[in-house]
Amino acid sequence: MTRMEKPAAFSRRSVLKAGGALVVSVGTPLALDTLIGHQAAFAQGAKPPLMPDQLSSYVAVKQDGTVAAYFGKMDMGHGITVAIGQIVAEELDVPFNKVNVDLGDTATSVNQGGASGSTGIQDGGKQMRVAAAEARRVLVEMAATKLGLPADQLTVTDGVVHAQGDASKKASYAELIGGQYFNVQLDWNKKFGNPLYAPGKAKPKDFKDHKIVGQRIKREDVAPKVFCQEDFCTDVKVPGMLHGRMIRPAIAGAVPVKVDESSIKDIPGAKVVWQEGFLGVAAPREWDAIQAMQKLKVEWSKTEPPFPSQASLYDHIRTASVRKREVGKENGNVDDAFKNAAKVIEAEYEWPFQSHASMGPACALVEIKDGKVTCWSGTQKSHFVQEGIASILAMPVDKVHVKWTTGPGSYGRNDADDAAMDAAVMAKALGAPVRMQYMRNQGTGWDPKGPASIHIARAAIDAAGTVVAYEFTSKGFSRVDVNTNGSKPFDTLAGQTRGVALQSGDGFGVPAESYQFPNKRLAWETIPPLLDRASPLRSSHLRDPVGPQIHFASESFMDEVAAALNLDPIEFRLRHIKDPRDIALIKAAAEKSGWQTRPSPRRDQTGSKVAGRGIAYAQRNGTRVAVVAEVEVDRASGKIWARKFTVAHDCGQIINPDGLEKCIEGNIIQGISRTLWEEVKFDAKTVTSVDWMTYPILDITETPESIEFVLLNHPELPPTGAGEPSTRPVAAAIANAIFDATGVRIRRVPFSPANVKAAFA
Amino acid sequence: MTTQTFKLNVNGTTHTVDADPDMPLLYALRNDIGLNNPHFGCGLAQCGACTVHLDGQPIRSCITPVSTVGDGKVVTLAGLGTPDKPHPLQTAYVEEQVPQCGYCINGWIMTAAALLATKKKPTEAEIKQALEGLKCRCGTHMGILRAVKRAATMMG
Repeated sequence: MTRMEKPAAFSRRSVLKAGGALVVSVGTPLALDTLIGHQAAFAQGAKPPLMPDQLSSYVAVKQDGTVAAYFGKMDMGHGITVAIGQIVAEELDVPFNKVNVDLGDTATSVNQGGASGSTGIQDGGKQMRVAAAEARRVLVEMAATKLGLPADQLTVTDGVVHAQGDASKKASYAELIGGQYFNVQLDWNKKFGNPLYAPGKAKPKDFKDHKIVGQRIKREDVAPKVFCQEDFCTDVKVPGMLHGRMIRPAIAGAVPVKVDESSIKDIPGAKVVWQEGFLGVAAPREWDAIQAMQKLKVEWSKTEPPFPSQASLYDHIRTASVRKREVGKENGNVDDAFKNAAKVIEAEYEWPFQSHASMGPACALVEIKDGKVTCWSGTQKSHFVQEGIASILAMPVDKVHVKWTTGPGSYGRNDADDAAMDAAVMAKALGAPVRMQYMRNQGTGWDPKGPASIHIARAAIDAAGTVVAYEFTSKGFSRVDVNTNGSKPFDTLAGQTRGVALQSGDGFGVPAESYQFPNKRLAWETIPPLLDRASPLRSSHLRDPVGPQIHFASESFMDEVAAALNLDPIEFRLRHIKDPRDIALIKAAAEKSGWQTRPSPRRDQTGSKVAGRGIAYAQRNGTRVAVVAEVEVDRASGKIWARKFTVAHDCGQIINPDGLEKCIEGNIIQGISRTLWEEVKFDAKTVTSVDWMTYPILDITETPESIEFVLLNHPELPPTGAGEPSTRPVAAAIANAIFDATGVRIRRVPFSPANVKAAFA
Repeated sequence: MTTQTFKLNVNGTTHTVDADPDMPLLYALRNDIGLNNPHFGCGLAQCGACTVHLDGQPIRSCITPVSTVGDGKVVTLAGLGTPDKPHPLQTAYVEEQVPQCGYCINGWIMTAAALLATKKKPTEAEIKQALEGLKCRCGTHMGILRAVKRAATMMG
């Protein structure tokens, strides 16, 4: 007999009133009091508080027997809704289509970290799995009581608990708890966000029993998108809503010193909100708000242009003072090994600032009504936006409700959280709901940027031609100059422009791989931001934060060492890679791509158009990816066509291969785009990449001919992330393929035709 | 600022809109007529998220002044097909599971629909050429091309 899980919540009266599910079977060995107590412990009519230690915070069974899964993360387009539905349906033994996953709503879900670090399945799914398993256990216990049978003689089929071997002795989930709430306490680790974990007593299923997990199930949100039935956050409207637009300075760091409101007096209903450096306009009609933004006369403070020239960016990074250095991995005595080396190979790589450049600039709607705030936002982290709005409006967190609503693309800490805070400030100042939408030049020009960096790699070779030491150091802007979410005013433009001092954090990373060398040191160094206040070059997380930068350099360098030793790039790697899953992965990629063992470069091609192949591999939080790129290079024009990719991918247990393939495809394409085209341009005053002409991305005419997969499934292992890892090795695979084709090593991203031609010169 | 009254034929229905003649059609569709499907992506005709058909031709509604539409027939993605009577491209988009965020789909589907209306069985090169310049930031390029080819096959 299970003890009562939460005696304090028990009241016999409430249970008897709640009523319907309480049945006493003749012959039951249980006393009535125990029975009532048991029912009360597991189910109640009122929802327990929305806390991580409550089962009801993750799972509910509705009156019609459908299951609601409340997920504190969201789906940015990778289809995690389906994967979570599969996990919950699997553990609960209900059909997949009976589960509805409710995403990222602060009123129904706890803070599981939002979309973050490819942890949707790895962390979020892990929690939903144990919650659903616990729900099943509890429902079986309830059925045992109701049916007068021991729980271990019961099983569940499609949401109906029944006796093994006698399906007539049954109780459906709907009968047991439908419309009520679980009143079951979980063993919460007291953490919020990605590390939140709160298992119950149930053990999740053995992978051998999985029927729904592992299936190719399609997304249900595609049809509503193509038939225009889904509201994006840009589409939500409320009565009395004003359209808001922000005004940013032409010289970063300047603040308004004089604002002439009479300059927009002819625009119907146009209003100005000016609070220190914060300057926005609003109007009942959207076109009027845009006109007001363009026509408002503003005098700005005299501010020295704060930025170095674009051409000197990497010299700036090289010479800037190091704010923090961290050695991520070290073994042996690296310094001695280099002193005694017969030969040292050294190379330096450069990666520019890059923009999220989401498909649309950010948009958020904030309504303040009856002492409560409602925000519709496409943020990746609604619970953090809830905290941020509460902070910026000086209101209790529980008075702020953030409803995550599909946004115009998101690949990390883009401009979404800034828009939500700007909307909140405007809504409060104007006493009306404000729909804040940025303009394109603000979306690209003023989003937090992926950090620019340099990477220095060197290898010590002994007289026998063996690598005896390897050192890799990254130096760049921090990936948390502003944090990965908008929960603190100092991390948002609304806070920074209204006088909150910057609290720039330090974070970078080291290569994630399993190369073994007797002496090895991987380190990173961060430098201060270029501006100590609201900056269009503030840096933060962009898909696979600093992963593409680091592994472009580290995996290009492995190829450089292989070439210096006249070894095939895969042969060289396999001499030093020790992790068996990594080895299997690289071999799988090689086999699938038809890799021919030989050193690079090819040296057998003449004429302008040449072809080559390259490999790169990386780990990421348990996941590992190997990518073989096959490219065509036009030496005359400098134009690269990344023609074919073969991706070997191992993320442990695969929940949904269909979703995984689509996710990888997007990552490869975005990875090619960032490698070939993407670079945030700036001058001394501000960012000058402000649209798709000045921040080009991969065009459809440049799409690869094919992307092929080898999905290495390990159902016996926990699932790890897939949202970002395959972005990581793309740049190096392309660089290595260009080297194979041409013998020219390109060490600076992007590989635009101009840059490639310059490298050939 | 002087507003004028315009009669717009959108998805087969006539709507009356009072607006600044310079206001782009996009805002009339989204805010006056209540059709949320064309999206604001850039306001510069660089991305295609706002694409609609005007007399069968794809146009960027974000830079098309409402005063220039006249009595032309405007069709949005919602007017192209419905769940009961889908355009083959809509069916193909669902079958191929194309979008990630889905914010860009007006550009691709409306532009491809205009191509397929006049060009039977286009080659891959012709499809790419017709779609050149449209943007998808999530990187669903592979799926887009698969869906357009599938729709072309469906349309014979």
